[in-house]
Amino acid sequence: MKLIYIFAALLLVFLAAFSLSVGVADFSFSAVLSGDSHATNILLSSRLPRLLAIILAGAGLSIAGLIMQQIVQNRFAAPSTTGTIDWAMLGYMIALIAFSDMSGWVHLLTIFAFSVFGTLLFVRFLQRLKFKNTVMVPLIGIMYGNIVSAFTTFIAYKYDLVQTLGSWTVANFASVLRGNYEFLYIALPVSLLAYAYANKFSAASVGETFAKNIGLNYQRIVMIGVMLVAVLASSIVMIVGMIPFLGLIVPNIVSLFIGDNMSRNLPWTAYVGVVLVLACDILGRLIIFPYEVPISMIISILGGAVFIYLILRDKSNA
Amino acid sequence: MIKTSGLSKKYNDKYVVKNADTFFPLGKVTSIIGPNGAGKSTLLSMASRLTDSDAGQIIIGDIPLDQWDSSELAKRLSVLSQSNNINMRFTVRELVTFGRFPYSQGRQTEEDNRIIDNALRQLDISHLQERYIDELSGGQKQMAFIAMVVAQDTDYIFLDEPLNNLDIKHSVDIMATLKKLADEHNKAIVIVIHDINFASCYSDNIVAMKQGEITKNGSVDDVIDEQVLSEIYEIPFKVQEIDGNKISLYYRR
Repeated sequence: MKLIYIFAALLLVFLAAFSLSVGVADFSFSAVLSGDSHATNILLSSRLPRLLAIILAGAGLSIAGLIMQQIVQNRFAAPSTTGTIDWAMLGYMIALIAFSDMSGWVHLLTIFAFSVFGTLLFVRFLQRLKFKNTVMVPLIGIMYGNIVSAFTTFIAYKYDLVQTLGSWTVANFASVLRGNYEFLYIALPVSLLAYAYANKFSAASVGETFAKNIGLNYQRIVMIGVMLVAVLASSIVMIVGMIPFLGLIVPNIVSLFIGDNMSRNLPWTAYVGVVLVLACDILGRLIIFPYEVPISMIISILGGAVFIYLILRDKSNA
Repeated sequence: MIKTSGLSKKYNDKYVVKNADTFFPLGKVTSIIGPNGAGKSTLLSMASRLTDSDAGQIIIGDIPLDQWDSSELAKRLSVLSQSNNINMRFTVRELVTFGRFPYSQGRQTEEDNRIIDNALRQLDISHLQERYIDELSGGQKQMAFIAMVVAQDTDYIFLDEPLNNLDIKHSVDIMATLKKLADEHNKAIVIVIHDINFASCYSDNIVAMKQGEITKNGSVDDVIDEQVLSEIYEIPFKVQEIDGNKISLYYRR
């Protein structure tokens, strides 16, 4: 087991170092060490912020997916299949129109309010639903999200913001610079909170009566889960854009190996999320160097394949 | 003991349970029997605080249900319903560990681990403890859930159809375990059960329900009776005593 930790740490360090070294600008680690101010500047204002943004977004979105899957008791639930992301984008659109000259915090708060509302609506709907076919939940969720995003697109046309909207739906870390990604640090306290609640989320994932039996307030746990998911998704949508499938596939991959007990799999979920996004981002920067393929395209291809594999593997449909 | 009086539940003006007076004493196994739709599960979930009642009172120990603190109550009363999501990938041991949550809030002590070991041994599933529940057979899964309730170590244990879909061996194992919990550990066991011969062989008391009302409530001898059963199930019954157990025959009409 120890060997796995060492290997995992080495892989992360290697990918991180690689990510720092890839780019158009002339840059090398030895230049930084020898005190070259130009190289240091590139490292601190562009490369390092990009790496940190990848780490925060990768871990944050994966954890959001994990929480979602536990509170709605469905493997295929994630911010992108429960309407959370679509509501967040609608919120961002409204924030840009209504509060265009206010601070980023106001925008973030608006996005958060929209995504909490939209996610809660969907979760309550699922709780009333009697049939619980596993594939139905993401299907309904994706349709629900599409309705919301159609509305967002309508507003975008009306206010001439179609291009802005287009840039959110394609996640990209290329535009991350020092000073414009720091909202992502919200993922840190939220992840710690998620860890503190891990046992409760896991109890809720077995069922409402199961959670009640051990003295928990089920609805409150669901509410807390929705809020955490919405905070994570909001900050990521605002800074990076939409990364499809990430929150869906990472928790499932981790679950295959170490199960669904959240206090055990949460750190691994965060780790796999980071490694996956880092690797895909590096790939996207290398394929047509010196240009970039947006990360959401690479993850879509990978994520779509894994999603289909998971559906075929799901025993409850056999 | 647990006492309910005048307990009622309505769905859209229709009573699913009406005026239920019951008594579940410590050290006894009480079975709730009756046809489908008789209100058995609703009565059980009201008495075990899973569902709110519309009228009536539930007294647990000496204290009315609504005055109990929910985390304190979880140390005194446990309930296993049928609606668990059994596709989550928890190991058997992780599942059983949830039974200690009311005591340790997720940070198990040595004492908790000892109790978990005992519960696994009692259900004879120690060898399965590192297996994921989604890979187990239906019987093994049910054993794991019951081990969790055993680890919760409550005075009152409610189970909704614990034998549902189980084979004969697992059914006998589970009923024998429940009987032992009542006899040797002085627990009050309350189960909803369809198989009246299992109810007859392992219960101390039986509550018979029909259309939301309790039609008969008493010892096994009182309820496992040709006339009483014929009335409840609306088919002819024959009751015979075999080795001291009252066995009902109703397979041919």
